[in-house]
Amino acid sequence: MTLLAISDVTAHYGASQALFGVDLTVAEGEVVALMGRNGMGKSTTVRAICRMVTCSGSMTFAGRDLNGLSSHQVARLGIGLVPEGRRAFRDLTVQENLAAVARPGPWDFDKVVELFPRLRERAQQRAGSLSGGEQQMLVIGRALITNPRLLVLDEATEGLAPILRQEIWSSIGTLKRETGLSILVIDKSLKELRGICDRATILERGRSVWFGRIEDLDAETSQRYLGV
Amino acid sequence: MTRETALNTVLMALLLGVPLWAWVSDEPFTITLATRAVIFALAAVGLNIALGLGGLVSFGHAVYFGIGGYAMGILAFHAQTYTPLMEWPLAIPGTKLMPVIWLVAMAVSGLVALAIGLLSLRTSGVYFIMITLAFGQMFYFFSISWPAYGGEDGLSIYIRNSFPGLNTLDPIQFFGICFVILCLVLWLNVRIVNAPFGLALNAARQVPQRVETVGLDPFRIRLTALVISGMICGLAGALFADLNRFVSPTMFSWQMSGELIVFIILGGLGRVFGPVAGATIFVVLEHALGGVSDYFLFFFGLLLLGVVLFARGGLYGLALGRADR
Repeated sequence: MTLLAISDVTAHYGASQALFGVDLTVAEGEVVALMGRNGMGKSTTVRAICRMVTCSGSMTFAGRDLNGLSSHQVARLGIGLVPEGRRAFRDLTVQENLAAVARPGPWDFDKVVELFPRLRERAQQRAGSLSGGEQQMLVIGRALITNPRLLVLDEATEGLAPILRQEIWSSIGTLKRETGLSILVIDKSLKELRGICDRATILERGRSVWFGRIEDLDAETSQRYLGV
Repeated sequence: MTRETALNTVLMALLLGVPLWAWVSDEPFTITLATRAVIFALAAVGLNIALGLGGLVSFGHAVYFGIGGYAMGILAFHAQTYTPLMEWPLAIPGTKLMPVIWLVAMAVSGLVALAIGLLSLRTSGVYFIMITLAFGQMFYFFSISWPAYGGEDGLSIYIRNSFPGLNTLDPIQFFGICFVILCLVLWLNVRIVNAPFGLALNAARQVPQRVETVGLDPFRIRLTALVISGMICGLAGALFADLNRFVSPTMFSWQMSGELIVFIILGGLGRVFGPVAGATIFVVLEHALGGVSDYFLFFFGLLLLGVVLFARGGLYGLALGRADR
């Protein structure tokens, strides 16, 4: 069953248009990659889904029209966003970060620290004093504890040490295998995406230019749109 | 016990111990001073929920303080003159019962905070400060031009209102009532700070847009905080009017709003017990310096300047150091 479906979405930042027609679907239990070079509209697409930018076009989530909703209403429908750039609530402890946003469902504090054992050790520490990787884990945990139906990861491993990237990718793999959570993921590492995603959509200058199963993404297409 | 808890304990022990000592040595004026400190502390603790925890710089909290005062004044005025408060559609008499007065004060303050919040929370920063100030002035000038309840002269209540089982005219008993209420509100405040609601309010102060992406509505959270905050200030206002047996438009003045903010900054912004320290020090200095010099506020201003420049976390921050939260 289709969980998220957006089609012909356009978005503007003030007078400048950033999206010119993006189509994207994510089915229940599916992991979909949103790919493209820098500045092609990946993050803006996520911001459009989360209603953080002026946009128009058809967008539905679990059968509900997203148009006219505000950010927090979209989140309440079950879209858990892990935004770009690690934004934990710095003055709250790890535990408080999670408690502040928790909503009923299978994900609770214990399950989050089971997925990210480092957070258990840091439970009483302020988020601002964590390392970048730990903050990223916390922000993923914070999205999970809202018990979303779709997890959206926007550059979740950007700027992290290789060992931490590995740890985060392996946690995402665990999520996919064990919970069947739908995930929309933006990342630059094609290798990692190939390992985890079912399908992919490529954006070029604010338009969807390719979509299909990720194993069908051939070298020519990848070279042409992603430069790798 | 952390250092902050220790400091809280010392503060509350002093606030309770000094009036008890004054009671034993028969110095009722000291008890009245302590009661004044406790009531100011209560109002500042209320404001601190919006200001310290929620980051809402309301420059109009005198509105709720004044509403509490007038709730007491109006109810007691009708009771002492044996005139009905309202005849139609319901016949409602005035009352001299404190618990009833408190409930009315809190209910009206809460409703007014809801209305003011619905309008003012659409703005932020300087605009929020100005719009709350404007509401404050509206109430101030309304109370001045309301002759039915004394206008500029205010309302005097001849006998302090009553509380079942207690003699409220005895200073130490009235102090006890105020102190117990302050303790209850502080307890409630600690609960709020650690509850998901308080954490969300704190998070909304830090990164408003990010709380939206995790499904929290910052507007609603702040509105709730403002209503709780207003209700506590309303309760404090009712007690303050009862302490003085007098209510006047001064309670609505912007100076009053400013003083409440000063108590918080002086004590320590965002710390639950900070406003208690701030209000206590203000009352002590007001009394001690007020006797020495007519320019008490000048010296108080110097102190405040010192605190803001050199002790950003207020006196609590100074005593506990920066690292401690």
